[in-house]
Amino acid sequence: MRIRPTAEEKWFQAVAILIVGLLSLSILYPFVHLISVSFSTPTEAIRPGFHLYPREISLEAYRKTFDSRQIWIGFGNTAFRTAVGTALSLLFMALTAYPLSKRDLPHRTFYTMVFLFTMFFQGGLIPTYLLVKQLGLLDSRLVFLVAPPFLISTFSLLIMRNFFASIPAELEDAARIDGAGDLRTLFSIVLPLSKPILATVGLWSAVGHWNSWFDGMLYIQDSSKMLLQTYLRRLVVENRDQDVQALMDQMIGVQDVIPETVKAAALIVTVVPIVALYPFLQKYFVQGVMIGSLKG
Amino acid sequence: MIASLRRAGRQYKKHRILLLLLVPALVWYGLFYYAPLYGIQLAFKDYRIIDGIAGSPWVGLEHFRRMFSGTNDFPEILRNTVIISLYHLLFGFPAPIALALLFQEIRFKRFRRIVQSVSYLPHFLSWVVLAGLITVFLSPSRGVVNYALQGIGLDPIYFLGEKAYFRFTLIASDVWKEVGWGTVVYLAAIAGIDPHLYEAARVDGAGRWKMIVRITLPGILPVIVILFILRVGHVLDGGFDQVLNLYNPAVYEVGDIIDTYVYRVGINQMQYGFTTAVGLFKNAVGFALLVTVNWIVKRLGQEGLF
Repeated sequence: MRIRPTAEEKWFQAVAILIVGLLSLSILYPFVHLISVSFSTPTEAIRPGFHLYPREISLEAYRKTFDSRQIWIGFGNTAFRTAVGTALSLLFMALTAYPLSKRDLPHRTFYTMVFLFTMFFQGGLIPTYLLVKQLGLLDSRLVFLVAPPFLISTFSLLIMRNFFASIPAELEDAARIDGAGDLRTLFSIVLPLSKPILATVGLWSAVGHWNSWFDGMLYIQDSSKMLLQTYLRRLVVENRDQDVQALMDQMIGVQDVIPETVKAAALIVTVVPIVALYPFLQKYFVQGVMIGSLKG
Repeated sequence: MIASLRRAGRQYKKHRILLLLLVPALVWYGLFYYAPLYGIQLAFKDYRIIDGIAGSPWVGLEHFRRMFSGTNDFPEILRNTVIISLYHLLFGFPAPIALALLFQEIRFKRFRRIVQSVSYLPHFLSWVVLAGLITVFLSPSRGVVNYALQGIGLDPIYFLGEKAYFRFTLIASDVWKEVGWGTVVYLAAIAGIDPHLYEAARVDGAGRWKMIVRITLPGILPVIVILFILRVGHVLDGGFDQVLNLYNPAVYEVGDIIDTYVYRVGINQMQYGFTTAVGLFKNAVGFALLVTVNWIVKRLGQEGLF
């Protein structure tokens, strides 16, 4: 039997749909606007008001964007750290989480505490910067792969350890009886059973690498090693500061150095890979929250 | 003593492969997390590049005295950090709970799935991208938001450049970015509530509002309490990525937080000693808060972080 909704329920429905609908529009509209501006002529782009579609179409902004050497350099550096950094992260974290998942590992609590402590107390920005400088990693792409918070995320490490610990011991015992050592067991039994957690942790790492910009600004001066998001920041954020300066000087209406269309195109180009993988990302990120919240 | 050492030795020999696997991570943590602790001594030193960390002269608590002497911006920075953080707690914390309850009310499954997916999207984007987007939308001369404000007869507002609006803009944009994603953990908790409770309440004639107040909210209360307490532990984090990408010299007075201050003054003006002290102050308070809240979480019978 279907129960007919009461007046109160209908009212609740309407309010809920209205509010979440407005929130969704506030998220979707900016992207429609940016896409529309990026395909517009420069004069159409600076027309005040809503931009749902380009009234005067121009591909000039994308031509300029893809003609710029710097965006390809940024793209290359970011793609490199995303691919290599994520692979290295997964390898390091799996190799570390596996021993920590074994209850009979001697001094297991001590080793876990060594890792855990860093979630509570750290040296801070300046000591870490000086260390990286001391190690000769300034202006080296290696810093993208090895400097914290990348390579090993303590949170991901603990989630992975908990997942490994939940795999039934009998499965591993069977492999051992067949003569497999610890490494064989890890790679041929444990990791194949851990695909969901590897996907989750791997995607956390990949999105973190793709979105990273601060280490590219802090440690890198050489423009051939610039990251995509650091370049984007120069384009859309630091360029804004010039606008701010101009405004404070009471020079409203100053000509932009970089046209709005090019800024919009660069933003769209940076976001496209995330949107293309979005269904995937969403699935495994949500799964990560579930695993994280269940296991504390 | 010797017997226990011998037992440990046998244990280590038996698990030597597993222990060997730990070595790379221990080396990495040692280098990138524990070695910087050595640099903390700069908080008590007058750093000179030629002398290095070890060779620079000690100045005792001089940097800490300077922080609170009233001759620099630090008290203002600390106040900004705490105020911005408390606003985040006040508005950013309850927002996902409310949104999760709203999602829960929506009967049209497909519509619900779509709006949920859309609401998660900004979480996956960097503050660089979002700052670019927000700048375009809030621009006083041609941004859509001000266009709409002028359409209803109001004056344009320079959200990112006026002291009176900057904090509001920070909080609102952060809620917008994270509110959808924040619902995931609450929706998981709501899914764990026994559906019989709702059926029984319905039979008793309870309406939607009553069910939310009497069943859903009490059902997810443990999750709310834990997340709230853990968040209090981060009260000195004002959101570095967001602030650094949205602020500008016109709003430093209301928007500069500890982390951005350390970066700006420490790295850009090379005041290593003083800003190491500022960072140490933040990390020490943060450490004390986290240990305290972790203890409270454990007292409540939940699994803490350690």
